[in-house]
Amino acid sequence: MAGSGKAHLRNNENVILRVEDLTMEFPAGRKKVVRAVSGISFDIERGETLAIVGESGCGKSTLGKAILQLPKPTSGSVNFQGQELTTLNKDALRDVRPAMQMIFQDPVSSLDPRLTVAKIVDEPLKIWERGDELWRSKKVDELLNAVGLDPALVRDRRSYEFSGGQCQRISIARSLALEPLLLICDEPVSALDVSVQAQILNLLQDMKERYGLTLIFISHDLAVVKAVSTRIMVMYLGKVCEISAPDELYSRPRHHYTHALVYSVPIPDPNVAARRTTLEGEPPSPTDPPSGCRFRTRCPAATDLCAQEEPQLHEVSAGHYVACHFPRN
Amino acid sequence: MSNNPMLSLRNFSVSFDTARGPLYAVRNIDIDVADGESLGIVGESGSGKTVLSRGAMGLLPKRAAHRSGTVIYDDHDLSQTPRKELREYWGTGMAMIFQDPMTALNPVRKIGAQLTEGLRIRLQMSKTDANARGIELLNRVRIPDPAAVMEKYPFQLSGGMRQRVMIAIALACKPRLLFADEPTTALDVTVQAQVMQLLSELRHEMGMSMVIVTHDLGVVAGHTDRIAVMYAGEVVEIAPTKQLFANMKMPYTEALMKSIPRLDSPSGQRLPVISGRLPDPTQPETGCSFASRCPYVTDKCREATPPLVEATPGHSYRCWFPIGGSR
Ligand SMILES: Nc1ncnc2c1ncn2[C@@H]1O[C@H](COP(=O)(O)OP(=O)(O)OP(=O)(O)O)[C@@H](O)[C@H]1O
Ligand SMILES: Nc1ncnc2c1ncn2[C@@H]1O[C@H](COP(=O)(O)OP(=O)(O)OP(=O)(O)O)[C@@H](O)[C@H]1O
Ligand code: SF4
Ligand code: SF4
Ligand SMILES: [Mg+2]
Ligand SMILES: [Mg+2]
Repeated sequence: MAGSGKAHLRNNENVILRVEDLTMEFPAGRKKVVRAVSGISFDIERGETLAIVGESGCGKSTLGKAILQLPKPTSGSVNFQGQELTTLNKDALRDVRPAMQMIFQDPVSSLDPRLTVAKIVDEPLKIWERGDELWRSKKVDELLNAVGLDPALVRDRRSYEFSGGQCQRISIARSLALEPLLLICDEPVSALDVSVQAQILNLLQDMKERYGLTLIFISHDLAVVKAVSTRIMVMYLGKVCEISAPDELYSRPRHHYTHALVYSVPIPDPNVAARRTTLEGEPPSPTDPPSGCRFRTRCPAATDLCAQEEPQLHEVSAGHYVACHFPRN
Repeated sequence: MSNNPMLSLRNFSVSFDTARGPLYAVRNIDIDVADGESLGIVGESGSGKTVLSRGAMGLLPKRAAHRSGTVIYDDHDLSQTPRKELREYWGTGMAMIFQDPMTALNPVRKIGAQLTEGLRIRLQMSKTDANARGIELLNRVRIPDPAAVMEKYPFQLSGGMRQRVMIAIALACKPRLLFADEPTTALDVTVQAQVMQLLSELRHEMGMSMVIVTHDLGVVAGHTDRIAVMYAGEVVEIAPTKQLFANMKMPYTEALMKSIPRLDSPSGQRLPVISGRLPDPTQPETGCSFASRCPYVTDKCREATPPLVEATPGHSYRCWFPIGGSR
């Protein structure tokens, strides 16, 4: 099995989502395929926040969308609340949709410029026939307030009149309208300045407490991830490298890629010289990934074994899993 | 090269016509950007950073937007230049990395065509040369398999790849002044570090000036000479980068710094926020625009608008009661 192992999967009734051997490939012409997601397995318990981090292009958005069957993955299983999604037909899938929402990565382009902000946020409520008009209108105001926008000022304006960060907040308000059980946030705060970012992150925390929301949080900002997540999954080129609780991951990264990632975080202090990245070498092509460990072409510790055999996820300390033949200490 | 700054904004303002009346997005900005300088612009979402950059380049929606004041670029007054002639400056003179790559890229044209367009039209390169240079640019922004990516459409790329394509397009014609609006928001730290390194190299190689709009104070700390802090359409503090971090004067700047999540802070804690929100940009008010949220506010702040004053050489701020006293 060319997966990255399943030692980290848990088996209890709190698991709300379980993904196994998920693979997503796109045709790339001349019989080639882009291996965007290659045999990924993970699970998430109710109320958890799982952060997914990794290099640009490593398959994070593809993974998030594949969970929602947008589009259906090439192979593998996605089990949400005991229901297998990959084999559901259209109608059955439609019924599960309100419980799983996603905030997409491009905030501005995911909003319809013809609709007013109130309509955009109201749309899911209307489609799913929640409440009467008056109730919905109140709900829209409540949601806009919750994301830090003044309903009186923004209701009747259109998305193109807003700044990037304001658009992001509108799309968050919309995604929370149906009070989903699982929310997949794809870079939800990367377009936001730190103060608004903090507001949104706190808001997501509140929603978790209020509605028992479970979060998948895709982000490249390790400091943000640390503040919000209960577990972190590090990806590289379509594979899982490492899974751990945040404090442990940052204080003791075991995978060589995670180590490079943690040590490239820019420090908000002009007296600390801008760190040069510790990650050398060219990022490999996802149509032709390296054999064995996909990180081997850039790994300082790579040996022949790394080229021959794919490392499987194994537990290195309680709750800390790494897929590497020669983990760091 | 003259001794005059590359870019000079004087009393620069932008307003929009909206259903609720004029919206004052950018108000009375005076900023100079020197040859080869890197100026960072930080500030809350909606404070006017994008409108300022687009306005300076002349890239605002024609109908609804009104500009006033002057924009001097390389000794030319662009505020008087008709839009048609402005085009001559775009690409080779001034270029911009847009905040939202998905809306800035054409969804139905291949990456290669979009990337080589400027090279062929502005630099009159042959198709083969432009193609080779396009691949080289994609390589420099660390895109794997650049030749294959030239043949792709934007939707086939990841968010960070689209952002890097935008950067490559902006750099293609070697601009002398680059506006980079949140250039690295979609990039992980390792790629971000490489892209910022690339921008710095180009700055040194070609003497390019750069205005970086970003909310990432880690990026500004390492890659700018000066920082301007914007709030509610105005510059509220401007200082050399080190000076600003060491000795910030504006309560807003302080609040902004305090809300940075840091790797060394413990996990699972609520992040500090600046309570309240930006004032309504359609309702010009008297007094300090930060008054409703400022922990140090007094009656004076609500009654009189603090002017931007240069308290020490190169360090200006807009506050009656600056942190650490004096003004
Ligand atoms: N075309 C437009 N019509 C009306 N108002 C607009 C338009 N474009 C921007 N605005 C308003 O101008 C103000 C400043 O917007 P701008 O995009 O410059 O913010 P920003 O500082 O770049 O924010 P962000 O960090 O979220 O990108 C906002 O209040 C916004 O709603
Ligand atoms: N519709 C598509 N057709 C072809 N290739 C695609 C498609 N969508 C994504 N890809 C490719 O799949 C790979 C993973 O892309 P994805 O968007 O999942 O990355 P990501 O981890 O979200 O990156 P980023 O941090 O930059 O957003 C990339 O190589 C991308 O080019
Ligand atoms: S398996 Fe080998 S190449 Fe991969 S991260 Fe570990 S040491 Fe490096
Ligand atoms: S002028 Fe007054 S309200 Fe404004 S920032 Fe200074 S102390 Fe605060
Ligand atoms: Mg993505
Ligand atoms: Mg902006």
